[in-house]
Amino acid sequence: MNELVAAVPWLGKRNPTAARWLIILVAIAAPFIAWQFGRSWVRILDFALLYMMLALGLNLVVGFAGLLDLGYIAFYAVGAYTFALLASPHFGIHLPFWLILPLGAAFAALAGIMLGFPVLRLRGDYLAIVTLGFGEIVRIFMLNLNYPVNITNGPQGINMIDPINLFGWDLSRNIRIGEDFTINSLFLYYYFFLIAVAGSILFIQRLQISRIGRAWAAMRDDELAAKAIGINTRNMKLLAFALGATFGGVAGALFGAFQGFVSPESFSLMESIAVLTMVVFGGMGNIAGAVVGAFVLALLPEVLRDVAVPLQQTLFGHVLLDPEVLRMLLLSLAMILMMLLRPAGMIPARARYCHDKHLSATLKQEAAK
Amino acid sequence: METLIQQFINGLVIGSVYALIALGYTMVYGILGLINFAHGDVLMVGALVALQTMLFLMGMAPGMSPLVMLAIALAVAMVICMLLGFTMERLAYRRLRNAPRLAPLITAIGVSFLLQTLAMIIWGRNYHTFPQLISTAPLQPIPGVFVTPVQIAIVVVSALLMIGLLLLVNRTRIGRAMRATAENHRVASLMGVDTNAVIAMTFVIGAALAAVAGVMFASNYGIAHYGMGFMPGLKAFTAAVLGGIGNLGGAMLGGVVLGLVESFGAGYIEHFTFGFLNSSYQDIFAFLILGLVLIFRPTGLLGERVSDRA
Repeated sequence: MNELVAAVPWLGKRNPTAARWLIILVAIAAPFIAWQFGRSWVRILDFALLYMMLALGLNLVVGFAGLLDLGYIAFYAVGAYTFALLASPHFGIHLPFWLILPLGAAFAALAGIMLGFPVLRLRGDYLAIVTLGFGEIVRIFMLNLNYPVNITNGPQGINMIDPINLFGWDLSRNIRIGEDFTINSLFLYYYFFLIAVAGSILFIQRLQISRIGRAWAAMRDDELAAKAIGINTRNMKLLAFALGATFGGVAGALFGAFQGFVSPESFSLMESIAVLTMVVFGGMGNIAGAVVGAFVLALLPEVLRDVAVPLQQTLFGHVLLDPEVLRMLLLSLAMILMMLLRPAGMIPARARYCHDKHLSATLKQEAAK
Repeated sequence: METLIQQFINGLVIGSVYALIALGYTMVYGILGLINFAHGDVLMVGALVALQTMLFLMGMAPGMSPLVMLAIALAVAMVICMLLGFTMERLAYRRLRNAPRLAPLITAIGVSFLLQTLAMIIWGRNYHTFPQLISTAPLQPIPGVFVTPVQIAIVVVSALLMIGLLLLVNRTRIGRAMRATAENHRVASLMGVDTNAVIAMTFVIGAALAAVAGVMFASNYGIAHYGMGFMPGLKAFTAAVLGGIGNLGGAMLGGVVLGLVESFGAGYIEHFTFGFLNSSYQDIFAFLILGLVLIFRPTGLLGERVSDRA
């Protein structure tokens, strides 16, 4: 939150309290603003929140621990498929939401550890390729495990997944208040996801300034030195993979329930790369970076759809580049240009590894600058 | 028995294509320590440029002999890919040579997706049929075993190119400069080697090989599209690691071994898993091999110690 506050232009440094309230206000008001542009924009905001959660989780692995994971979307898939299999007519199982969520998180964490073990000894770039392979393997299994026993229903995916149900309160139903006032279900999902993201941010923030966060930073900056000062790098790496995967799994479960439908198509390599670009674009190793990166890059394609298509219509008379192509183009350019021109991201990480109250007065002054 | 020989031939053919691509990875890795993620997409560009050239030639000179046409298409594809390799190195990688390890890799991923997107814009999302200029009528050297002239051409051409590359690296002045640069940039440049030129040269040679591999790959399967470079690229990388990355002979060996494993694996997986897994899991073998090699023998089959640059 502090990083987010500091990232607010102009106000952030002058009046942090005001900036903090501004962020909270915007976060709460966002769906109402989006509603003015149309129903679909609220939906897009909901997805942006899920992407934020993914970016936060991947940032944990890539930014904090320095392990480049190109198969991150696999954990998202594990979470989504856990939810889909345990709460849909596919197997006829309908477990309650509060049971599946931890299960999805646990399965994803397990997958993270399974991926983590073999790649412990690998260095940066090898790790990237192996994790990419892992992501592809998961996708291939999702595509093909409909034969001879139909588990994943293959390329068709799984339909009619139960919506999120909080103790009997079905989030997919609009709430009617009085005669002509209803709260749309998209709003309910928005606030539920917002709480989830806020919780993740709090958790990750505490994590970053804990022993674990410091150990990760040490490991990221120099693995040999970290080992020499007594950090168990093996456990720390596994922990990073497992925790990162947990966030992916939770986001995946929410995604499955929210969309009501999962198929292998949603978990392609392109999605892994998109999440990675969000982290890179915002700034690696930085909570605010992940949040802002996810927000900007999740909204961008939708804005393009609304702006670029009519613009091309008027300029060239027909649509030259469809929005999906534009999205890929911009993502790839963002990745290249960020690395070349601003490798630390839009919001460069400020190293901060202990709680405010432990900072000495001079350090505080430094930080205030 | 016929199946066994047939799988062996299929594996050998696809393996020699992997080997050609793997050479590009391994050369760049040997010199820069960079995984050029976009290498597979250079292959795709090569195939599509060749396709475009062939279509153009067929329209312009319908009576041209297919072999001449293929040669021209190949040459055009190679030149375009060499330019592409040069540009990539110049614009995207050169500035990051001393950056932290993850930076060039992320850039390479970006370049890879940029190439795919551009190809998608130029050639569309559809699969294109790749003209078969060499006959695909199968021959039967042994009853029950089929070999097409395309397959023979693929194996012969890649063998020739590999020999040529080995001669270039081991016998010529520029090859010596390349080896010196791979050994140590700074010392090489102190000895008067223009390391920038050598690195650019490496990218250019790798890209030319990828262009040839792309044409072969497209001829073998008869199709070309914007995403065709990704899988062979990844598999060729696996082949390079399998053989020992940075080692030219290793890349060739790794490519052929990987091709054979994949071919036999896809052929027999159904048999061994009692029908539970079938040949749609073919792509998994490369990743499994990659994982196993990196865990148990990270130096690869022929590799020396991989330098420890965290």
